[in-house]
Amino acid sequence: MSFFSFGQSAEIDVVLTDAETRKKAEHKTEDGKKDKYFLFYDGETVSGKINITLKNPGKRLEHQGIKIEFVGQIELYYDRGNHHEFVSLVKDLARPGELTQSQTFDFEFTHVEKPYETYTGQNVKLRYFLRATVSRRLNDISKEMDIVVHTLSTYPELNSSIKMEVGIEDCLHIEFEYNKSKYHLKDVIVGKIYFLLVRIKIKHMEIDIIKRETTGTGPSVYHENDTIAKYEIMDGAPVRGESIPIRLFLAGYEMTPTMRDINKKFSVRYYLNLVLIDEEERRYFKQQEITLWRKGDVVRKSMSSQATIGAQRFEGSASSESALEKAAREDSG
Amino acid sequence: MSDPTVADTRRLNSKPQDLTDAYGPPSNFLEIDVYDPQTIGVGRNRFTTYEVRMRTNLPIFKLKDSVVRRRYSDFEWLKNELERDSKIVVPPLPGKALKRQLPFRGDEGIFEESFIEERRVGLEQFINRLAGHPLAQNERCLHMFLQDESIDRNYIPGKVRNLPKGT
Repeated sequence: MSFFSFGQSAEIDVVLTDAETRKKAEHKTEDGKKDKYFLFYDGETVSGKINITLKNPGKRLEHQGIKIEFVGQIELYYDRGNHHEFVSLVKDLARPGELTQSQTFDFEFTHVEKPYETYTGQNVKLRYFLRATVSRRLNDISKEMDIVVHTLSTYPELNSSIKMEVGIEDCLHIEFEYNKSKYHLKDVIVGKIYFLLVRIKIKHMEIDIIKRETTGTGPSVYHENDTIAKYEIMDGAPVRGESIPIRLFLAGYEMTPTMRDINKKFSVRYYLNLVLIDEEERRYFKQQEITLWRKGDVVRKSMSSQATIGAQRFEGSASSESALEKAAREDSG
Repeated sequence: MSDPTVADTRRLNSKPQDLTDAYGPPSNFLEIDVYDPQTIGVGRNRFTTYEVRMRTNLPIFKLKDSVVRRRYSDFEWLKNELERDSKIVVPPLPGKALKRQLPFRGDEGIFEESFIEERRVGLEQFINRLAGHPLAQNERCLHMFLQDESIDRNYIPGKVRNLPKGT
């Protein structure tokens, strides 16, 4: 913002068409604050309007063009200057000229591809945003509006359990099993630990969920580990033949879906770490990767009421009212 | 019957536990006592020995009950052997107390009762932590320290062979 301009300046406001109905999602920003942003999915249209309000009404605003962009970019914290844009769409709203009064411009980005999920991490950030710009000779006026994108998946066809026997020769042998290898973010990890041989004095056992963010390629690969959860599953010393159950609800933890080699820039992977601690604080552990995915929300509407609501738009009112009543009765049955 | 929106949290099947395993004694008993300090010798050539008694049911130890006499430098020898040959982080020994060995002290120096007691406690903690470590149990020097009457400093360092299964 220029305080030295004796000329004209303006404020830009970006408003989405479906601002009233569209869901918002919470997202933690780089400085740790949680904010709500409009939630979009892959393929959805992004449309709305920008309101340009002149600061000094009466004075003209000369400009070199007005445009709006939809950008998806990856930003590595150790390389802030370079933004890697993987989605970049532009719509020109006005050719170079002048605005004599406050004005509104409509825009629509149809069926925009949003291949990756919005992510803010320790060393990397992936974001999507709209940027409206009024170009001027000396300094542009621009406004950005961030949105959040979620990537959805469905139940995987193949989801084998993880079952393994591990240990230290003649000292500690365990067999562990987790019911799946791919879990959705609100899933439950059901498993068990079976003790085949125990010749050490175990104090307790826990399961940790570790998030590993990997940035960079080739020689300069950087891993950032973060323990998201520590869940004690056993307190006290087990004996041979004991079986300890595991039931770990994932919905309580802040996690993202597994992201593998996003645009060849970064990965976010999750591991289950089974840790046994003996009386001398020695730690015995076994790490196992799990795949996390995001499930879409279930929309409970029967086909008949959907069709009726659709039909209502084309028919008159009276007949559709009774049809809707009938559909509602069918639905609750 | 199973609503898809409610997660299946039933336990996985597991074998029923054998009652002898459930109520049997745990096969992880290991206790080492360091006690009965005795100062031997006269004048400058005095030194203190401690009795080291080990009771265990771990199969890797040949004797289930053993008693030996060891001095501080024997513990130091063991620490050095393990630091060189094994990958473990060896727990710390109680201090060497070189200051106490200087002349013209008002007290008994390293033969002061309170100091010996402090050292005894430290040695007991040290050997218990060490003997319980699975990787230390593989080293011959540990077995020699705990169960042979005297330490042969010219021994051949190495790993203990696994005992046949069923022991």
